[in-house]
Amino acid sequence: MAKVFERPKALADVVTHYCPGCTHGIIHRLVAEAIDELGIVDRTVGVAPVGCAVLAYDYFECDMQEAAHGRAPAVCTGIKRVRPDLIVFSYQGDGDLASIGTAEIVHAAARGENITVIFVNNGIYGMTGGQMAPTTLVGHKTTTSPYGRDAKVQGHPVRISEMLATLEGPAYIERVSVHTPQLVNRAKQAIKRAFANQVEGKGFSLVEVLSTCPTNWGMTPVEALQRVANEMVPYYPLGVFKDIDAEGEDK
Amino acid sequence: MGERILMKGNEAIGEAAIRAGCRHFFGYPITPQNELPEYMARRLPEIGGAMVQAESEIAAINMVYGAAGAGVRVMTSSSSPGISLKQEGLSYIAGAELPCVVVNMVRGGPGLGGIQPAQGDYWQATRGGGHGDYRLIVLAPATIQEMVDTVQDAFDLADKYRNPVMILGDGMLGQMMEPVEFREQTVSSLAEKEWATTGLRNHPGRRNVINSLYLQPDKLEEHNQHLQRKYAEIAANEVRYEEVDVEDADLVVAAYGTTARIVRSAMEEARREGLRVGLIRPITLWPFPVEPFARAAERAHAFLSVEMSAGQMVEDVRLAVNGKKPVYFYGRTGGMVPTPEGVLAKFREILEGKHNG
Repeated sequence: MAKVFERPKALADVVTHYCPGCTHGIIHRLVAEAIDELGIVDRTVGVAPVGCAVLAYDYFECDMQEAAHGRAPAVCTGIKRVRPDLIVFSYQGDGDLASIGTAEIVHAAARGENITVIFVNNGIYGMTGGQMAPTTLVGHKTTTSPYGRDAKVQGHPVRISEMLATLEGPAYIERVSVHTPQLVNRAKQAIKRAFANQVEGKGFSLVEVLSTCPTNWGMTPVEALQRVANEMVPYYPLGVFKDIDAEGEDK
Repeated sequence: MGERILMKGNEAIGEAAIRAGCRHFFGYPITPQNELPEYMARRLPEIGGAMVQAESEIAAINMVYGAAGAGVRVMTSSSSPGISLKQEGLSYIAGAELPCVVVNMVRGGPGLGGIQPAQGDYWQATRGGGHGDYRLIVLAPATIQEMVDTVQDAFDLADKYRNPVMILGDGMLGQMMEPVEFREQTVSSLAEKEWATTGLRNHPGRRNVINSLYLQPDKLEEHNQHLQRKYAEIAANEVRYEEVDVEDADLVVAAYGTTARIVRSAMEEARREGLRVGLIRPITLWPFPVEPFARAAERAHAFLSVEMSAGQMVEDVRLAVNGKKPVYFYGRTGGMVPTPEGVLAKFREILEGKHNG
């Protein structure tokens, strides 16, 4: 019988610290599959964030650097500029990338750094215990928006993919989700594309992946997936926001 | 004897860094150090390197983290307010034990302060500056020639100990021009950077991880003990200082960098007046040269720390003298540079006070 599914080699065979039902596990697997399929694990360096994925350096079977909160795109820039032969990616959450690290992500994108960014957006600070994120939807209760996020008080959630797509620098920006098997397959294609772009020297590629936090959302894993579909996707629409290849075809 | 060329301090550091094998520089504009990133932006592309102007000093130091972690010689520079922004990154770099060289052309503070020379960042530089228990190796050259020679030393020390090294200058040293000679440097034999993230193909079978996170307190304490052993080794082996006329001195002055040159001028006049004044010039501010001060405290009558600050290094002088003799202070702040006359007046005041006493 043919084996149709196995653990990707780029994913370490260890127990992770992620909560039950959290989609980090799926996203880690997709990243590892992309690395395997492109055959780049022996020249890949990952940069882990601060947040739930802080221990990602234990989960990917490639060289890794652990960055300060929000600084992963700058750390990636440093690695890639001095060793352009390496494939360099950051794996960042929404507190890390969309709040404390906004300057770093905007300017890495603006410079068109030839790196790959996996941006996991679950609209909350998971690791620190469920505080409001810049991406928390209006009305959602968190420990620091206990009455629900009020746009008049806490402002509106930030759409990173749309913002970055206004820049000339990026080669490819897509928002995907992993709340159904079909969407997982689509996410896989996007992540693989984001790595392939770097291999081909096309420039800055970012994939935003909508994700869940059953623990801090106070939901079962299934309810959490439903919330992504019913509440997050309407505010954070899925799709390609920037693609220099497609622009070429238009011309 | 090689060729002597007239160079501005900031540019001389850049050329010295290139000769020390640095091909990558990450910086952000701030006065009075701009000529250094400008020099690198001009020169590095010519030799296959790159200067990246970062979006902030925070980003620049984190680019240094990534580049150092990838195993190359790398430098950043800034001036006081920008160095404050780099403290987060420096703490991570020290924690992850990455070698790099950081130049601080100090200006007057606090806050936005001014753009004229100062030495008010002594505490920040010598006490680590960011969070946690760590040390930077801090080198304080006094001339542009010494600054050039220091750069090679700084990179070697950084690589040898896997530790960030700060070259602490001031606006004067950065901006002034002096003749310099780029001497043939003996290439020191340093260990291969086997720990660097260069990709598994360069070190098959061993994953390299650059990190400062230790969630288990016993592991973090072990890491801290390892760092402290390293700092003790540095303190035992790498103290650098210069002594001038200390043997017969009644008054021993402590001064570093630009200030030490002003003290030298004041000392010449003092000696003509028959005042026996000597100088201990720390070249490493950390590790601080405790021993020459302790030795001098056996026979000198008094000590004086002269600084372009409100009194920072004077605390290290007091620790080194350890209560054996009085330690006085003379300083100017805000970008005001001490004059030889002002320093000389302080010599007279102390020595005459002693005679009166």
